[in-house]
Amino acid sequence: MTADSLVGEAGPEKLLTPVLSATWDDHRPWTLDTYRRHDGYQGLAAALRMQPDEVIALVKDAGLRGRGGAGFPTGMKWQFIPQGDGKPHYLVVNADESEPGTCKDMPLLFANPHSLIEGMVIASYAIRCSHAFVYLRGEVVPVLRRLQAAVAEAYEAGLLGRDIQGSGFDLDITVHAGAGAYICGEETALLDSLEGRRGQPRLRPPFPAIAGLYACPTVVNNVESIASVPAILHRGKEWFRSLGSEKSPGFTLYSLSGHVTNPGQYEAPLGVTLRQLLEMSGGVREGHRLKFWTPGGSSTPMFTDQHLDVPLDYEGVGAAGSMLGTKALQVFDETTCVVRAVTRWTEFYAHESCGKCTPCREGTYWLVQLMRRIEAGEGVQADLDKLLDIADNIFGKSFCALGDGAASPITSSLQYFREEYEQHIAQRGCPFDPAASTVWAGRQPAVNGNAARRPAQEKGVLA
Amino acid sequence: MTTHETATTHEGPAAQPVGLGMPALPAPDYPADVRARLDADAKELIGRYPVARSALLPLLHLVQSEEGWVSPTGIRFCAEQLGLTTAEVTAVATFYTMYRRRPAGKYHVGVCTNTLCAVLGGDQIFAELKEHLGIENNETTEDGAVSIEHIECNAACDYAPVMTVNWEFFDNQTPESAKRLVDDLRAGHTVLPTRGAALCTFRETSRILAGFPDERPGALDASGAGGAPSLAGLRLARGETLPGGGAARVVSPRHQDGADAAPGGPSQGAPSAHDAPAETAASDPHRTGDAAGPAEPEGGEDR
Ligand SMILES: Cc1cc2nc3c(=O)[nH]c(=O)nc-3n(C[C@H](O)[C@H](O)[C@H](O)COP(=O)(O)O)c2cc1C
Ligand code: SF4
Ligand code: FES
Repeated sequence: MTADSLVGEAGPEKLLTPVLSATWDDHRPWTLDTYRRHDGYQGLAAALRMQPDEVIALVKDAGLRGRGGAGFPTGMKWQFIPQGDGKPHYLVVNADESEPGTCKDMPLLFANPHSLIEGMVIASYAIRCSHAFVYLRGEVVPVLRRLQAAVAEAYEAGLLGRDIQGSGFDLDITVHAGAGAYICGEETALLDSLEGRRGQPRLRPPFPAIAGLYACPTVVNNVESIASVPAILHRGKEWFRSLGSEKSPGFTLYSLSGHVTNPGQYEAPLGVTLRQLLEMSGGVREGHRLKFWTPGGSSTPMFTDQHLDVPLDYEGVGAAGSMLGTKALQVFDETTCVVRAVTRWTEFYAHESCGKCTPCREGTYWLVQLMRRIEAGEGVQADLDKLLDIADNIFGKSFCALGDGAASPITSSLQYFREEYEQHIAQRGCPFDPAASTVWAGRQPAVNGNAARRPAQEKGVLA
Repeated sequence: MTTHETATTHEGPAAQPVGLGMPALPAPDYPADVRARLDADAKELIGRYPVARSALLPLLHLVQSEEGWVSPTGIRFCAEQLGLTTAEVTAVATFYTMYRRRPAGKYHVGVCTNTLCAVLGGDQIFAELKEHLGIENNETTEDGAVSIEHIECNAACDYAPVMTVNWEFFDNQTPESAKRLVDDLRAGHTVLPTRGAALCTFRETSRILAGFPDERPGALDASGAGGAPSLAGLRLARGETLPGGGAARVVSPRHQDGADAAPGGPSQGAPSAHDAPAETAASDPHRTGDAAGPAEPEGGEDR
């Protein structure tokens, strides 16, 4: 099916599949009342009628894969938890959302926190856990407020606490606010942080499923992964499998940001393409062309307009040389200097490197020095190979995946835009004007400080 | 108990002396009434975890809510609550960026300068804001009202450029709206975030982060379910059209363009002299859907 036919004939309303976002335009969707009006907690009712192992099997058969970046099958992760071992089991929800470009879990929790809580009760029932945690990044107080309130509401309604819905199953949820550290999104660093320590990754094995929180069997799942579970329980695995592809079934939140006409959340079956999303949403901002984009956050190798038709599922993006990651589609148009963009991402990784291992701690530092020098027009040709050499010494040789993420923007940008690096070196400076990339470029400052807008003259183009 | 003073102050105000191996005196305790109140809070927080030490991050938010920063006294308090050394607590506190090692302003302003926000204007906002306030990154205005910091991606890229005040969202900012915002904060005017509740002070915010819910009436419901970006896909799925949407066209790929690597923007696309007046202000929260507003047509002419 071509993009034209999709938007021209089928229309976006056929292509998009709001599930998690379906209630967001309803009245106070963050409340239990509204959630219930939309079949809220029906998935839990179904789960409590089943045996825990049946719930695990169902989620496994549905084919749900982790939405936190790596795409690991969720049901399989639950199955790894040893049963009858006499130890407490824990569920920890990863709500640290800090991967640059990623902005799906926060709007989801802000508008629909009960989908996560219901999913947590189901998951906890399945893995026999009686105390679950949400590790929420700290810098999002409006989200924290809604989450705290939703948990309180669920307790009051008997959906949490002792003997949930008369099932004999008990569950407590603790909402835990982090304190600013990207690395705490890495699951083992998250566990150390939740134990009141510096957030530094742990050696694996043992994996969290065997020795996680307090050295007990622990499942760590992303917000969106867990929030997707209630619909599977309520509507069935066949329904879930009817969406998406064979190996990447289901629906997911794609987050479009950057130089686009309508940034935002677009919930669609896995396998939709950026071209389709842009066509239905108004395209790249008016008068501009796509230059580069990330399929799943800054840690996933960047793409260009050659990749507009790559199916955005785990296999499709992988085959094209990147990763689906968090489905954070950051779009940059031709006004953007790729050297500037990569320098800033590299500064981010250097800042967030936890310092535990040498390749990442030292390598990111030197990458920043080189990138800054090139951006400032003081680089030399040999710097480009030096960049690749350092990136190669980080990638696959670091203690955790943050290091791999730091190498990705460097290697992918040099793959697609080497000539732009060379231009910085040859011209002894950056040929771009940062003002042209701003959202107010082309608007005229008005007397009272407001910006004036150009009338629409030209429609946005995609590539 | 001898290391923490130097450790917690070495990045503090320049005037503070640096300890050179001399044992520092233990930090003073809180006054008795404060201590009694915080003891009760700490007990509640610790009770939420199977293992007490898990309450350390919440406790650090708690002491920050008392003094506006994590002081040596606060470190000592956390250590005593959990049976840790002050060095152990300091090691944790200094790992996380939200724990301040010098007092924050009443309103702590963050400007996202991670790549996407930076490119869309965050860099310019941050530069203009520093100049406007006469302070640098991580400094506080003399009146104690505003401190600023450039922050990393705050999970709001679809609202870029993004700012925060006391960790409530101020979306789709411009240099003008940002300066107006800090002026209003310093003048004591009520300021409403685009997503989040009416601002409370930095210290009150820290208490929410510690795990004590915001009891203010209306705080929970303030600002609805999210702005236009949060609802964009849902609206399309409902058969509605988005602003500026519907007629996007595809042109030839970059590779047939030849001059693609050349920066098209600045030189070719000088600001137009015939810009129309705004229908509504750029900073208007109701100005939905066109965060990446129209810019100069150049380079990518339709073909
Ligand atoms: C540096 C780094 C940061 C990460 N940040 C997050 C995050 O913010 N949220 C998240 O869910 N997963 C994050 N992950 C992935 C987690 O380690 C883990 O794979 C994920 O939480 C598992 O959940 P899932 O199976 O449901 O996807 C991060 C990984 C790395 C290496
Ligand atoms: S790769 Fe970086 S973040 Fe990960 S353990 Fe090593 S230093 Fe820490
Ligand atoms: S880059 Fe600023 S919020 Fe993501």
